[in-house]
Amino acid sequence: MDIEDLVEIAEKERASRKKHVIRCCLAAGCMASDSKGVKEALDKAVQEAGLQDQVEVRGVGCMKLCCQGPLVQVDTHESGATVQVGDDNQGPLYLKVTPESAPSLIATLTGGQTSLQRGNPKAPFFTEQAPIVLANSGIVDPERIESYIAAEGYQALHDVLREMTPKEVVDTMIASGLRGRGGAGYPTGLKWATVAKTPSQQKYIICNGDEGDPGAFMDRSVLESDPHCVLEGMAIAAYAVGANQGFIYVRAEYPLAISRLQTAIKQAKKLGLLGSGIFESPFTFNIDLRIGAGAFVCGEETALMASVEGLRGSPRPRPPFPAESGLWSWPTLINNVETFANVAPIMRKGAEWFASIGTEKCKGTKVFALAGKITNTGLIEVPMGTPLRKIVEVLGGGAPDGGRIKAVQTGGPSGGCIAAEELDTPVDYDSLAKLGSIMGSGGMIVMDEATQMVDVARFFMEFCMDESCGKCVPCRTGTVQMHSLLKKILAREATARDLQKLEELCDMVRHTSLCGLGQTAPNPILSTLRFFRNEYTALLKDDVHNGRNKNHPAPEPAPAPAAGPATGS
Amino acid sequence: MAAKTLTIDGKHVSVDESATILDAAVDAGIYIPTLCHLDGVYDVGACRLCLVEVAGSSKLLPACTTKVSEGMEIQTDTERLRQYRRITLEQLFAERNHVCSVCVANGHCELQTLAYRQGMDHVRYDYRFPQWEVDSTHSLFGLDHNRCILCTRCVRVCWHIEGAGTLNVSGRGAQARIITDLNQPWGTSDTCTKCGKCVMACPTGALFYKGATVGEMERDRTKLEFIVTAREKKQWIAD
Ligand SMILES: Cc1cc2nc3c(=O)[nH]c(=O)nc-3n(C[C@H](O)[C@H](O)[C@H](O)COP(=O)(O)O)c2cc1C
Ligand code: SF4
Ligand code: FES
Repeated sequence: MDIEDLVEIAEKERASRKKHVIRCCLAAGCMASDSKGVKEALDKAVQEAGLQDQVEVRGVGCMKLCCQGPLVQVDTHESGATVQVGDDNQGPLYLKVTPESAPSLIATLTGGQTSLQRGNPKAPFFTEQAPIVLANSGIVDPERIESYIAAEGYQALHDVLREMTPKEVVDTMIASGLRGRGGAGYPTGLKWATVAKTPSQQKYIICNGDEGDPGAFMDRSVLESDPHCVLEGMAIAAYAVGANQGFIYVRAEYPLAISRLQTAIKQAKKLGLLGSGIFESPFTFNIDLRIGAGAFVCGEETALMASVEGLRGSPRPRPPFPAESGLWSWPTLINNVETFANVAPIMRKGAEWFASIGTEKCKGTKVFALAGKITNTGLIEVPMGTPLRKIVEVLGGGAPDGGRIKAVQTGGPSGGCIAAEELDTPVDYDSLAKLGSIMGSGGMIVMDEATQMVDVARFFMEFCMDESCGKCVPCRTGTVQMHSLLKKILAREATARDLQKLEELCDMVRHTSLCGLGQTAPNPILSTLRFFRNEYTALLKDDVHNGRNKNHPAPEPAPAPAAGPATGS
Repeated sequence: MAAKTLTIDGKHVSVDESATILDAAVDAGIYIPTLCHLDGVYDVGACRLCLVEVAGSSKLLPACTTKVSEGMEIQTDTERLRQYRRITLEQLFAERNHVCSVCVANGHCELQTLAYRQGMDHVRYDYRFPQWEVDSTHSLFGLDHNRCILCTRCVRVCWHIEGAGTLNVSGRGAQARIITDLNQPWGTSDTCTKCGKCVMACPTGALFYKGATVGEMERDRTKLEFIVTAREKKQWIAD
């Protein structure tokens, strides 16, 4: 394979484009409401209408507005026209398509009518997005490498291998300002530089696709919608740091992502885009999948590596960091799925282009899984620094049925709740951290006034308690005790001393736990205490006789706080 | 052999560069509480009792796994550390059923000794009173999960000193527990060599010699130390 072959594949793919391309979402969200049946029905309807020569029904990845799925969009271009990436996405968008309605949808191509609900591709939900990672999502066919190549795929890999030294690649990454999307936001270029600098006969690359936060599905969508872009990013990273073997760690709960990755790896190998002597250079790189059993802690890098080695997935103290001593003690580069998905676009369009998006300290975009009490739930990608209010009110369309938003939870079980009055906060690593939350991997749950914040804290603590690996004492026992104190508060049996004990435990677990799971487990409590302390205190009972005399009649419980206006303001 | 100089609680110390903070402290006669650490087996940093403050580091660092570096300034006994240690111990006592008065290890228990030493005189958290079993199927030893603190010393000596690989950890979080072979009764284990190193390594009354009664269970660590030293110094290899 050389560049001519690549261009030939791309041109052939573009030339074979039919007049109408009907894109039908085949990502897990829409599949759950039978989009596979829709795709089959569309194929059949095309056959029956005899339109095979003019119509391609294309299974694609996530089309983002997941709450209205199955989604189908029709793009029409006169045959022979050169269609660029980005020219699509303009045609009529149909919502909640059923297999039964497929014939009427096909009939619209020949002037017929359909009663299907139409979405607006010009709505802010779509136009306010700035897709880099998701640029191909919902457009290319994730099961055909030709479709990715037609969207300029693997060109960056060619250019890197043939025209750049590994050091230039690392320098480009540093200049781009990309920070890791797995949660901590560590500068990606610096991490690559450390691995590149460590002398070793053997190095590894790992793509972290564990994605264990409840409610998060960004990485799954990327893997399902555009697997080749992750493979290309990994290959570029491998060249930059000097690794020849990569692993993608995906949880077994993501069967569709796994099967698409398997297909993608097979196709890339067949075309010589993975394997030995890629693009007729001396560079060799292979990728294997490792399937995780679905433990949250296995997303933590040291636990993940233990799991890849076939050991029990529990974290170990760092240092040494994976960059010095990782898989089987060899230097290892570990990055998140979304981090790798940014690599090929950066190499293609340049570090300056990437660095011009976002804020001073946080470059590029971030994908969020928008969920909860909000009109448009689904997948969004916005520039770093976009105000939370814009995400929630403009893209998300606000709370449904005119409800009032009370808080937004970011960062999953390691994150926190941001009160409605802080909605003007720009969404970037540092601003969220200042409010006691974190960016995390990109889960975003919107809560309305009916939400009881103590119960939210209890929910996340229960998750951490169940997912604690049990290795270190503070997290293993502390999460159990914090959970039971929260339950006691919710049952109105706790006193001010219990609340004090809870706060003391939060501080202790946060500062003494071994890994990030324990260190961040108190965050949901700390952040709800910060903004909604009155909801906790309203549930406390008086400390009768120091709480010792259980038979002493307790005073009347305080009035329910549940639905009242939130904070102490 | 390069040396590093550092200060621990204001005292100047000089140690080999391969030493951990704990090694350096022991050398200098400074006490740091430990529970999961056992001389001779590798450290895992799990109990978090040995956490110390290091100037310039925002995180507390485990003395047992952190290597020394030049000019390090270490505090081992601040009010904050004492408080965290007390809470950690309280948590351990609340977690399972540590009833000293009826324990084989009473008077010889590292958990009990640490609690005395750290001034932990009562437990402010709710006792969990979990229902754990006692495995007494082995001909020589017993395993009482009620007294296990999951320090994994036994697992480490079993794998790395004896090389039998009988003991392991199964389950997650509060459900984590020590198992033998493929989670089967210890007495039916094919791999156990009955060497007893696990019993010697256990800090509490969780692993015991059968027939021992309250307060009788004393550990013979000299045997473990002998093997570890012999291995480290290659004493069994003839010149
Ligand atoms: C409990 C825990 C769970 C984590 N889960 C994930 C995960 O699912 N995916 C991920 O990419 N990183 C996860 N991380 C972060 C990783 O340890 C690591 O920092 C990340 O993969 C590095 O990639 P990045 O630099 O590209 O962000 C987790 C961390 C912790 C402490
Ligand atoms: S903090 Fe929790 S998850 Fe992390 S090592 Fe300790 S027990 Fe395991
Ligand atoms: S002795 Fe260091 S963490 Fe247990």
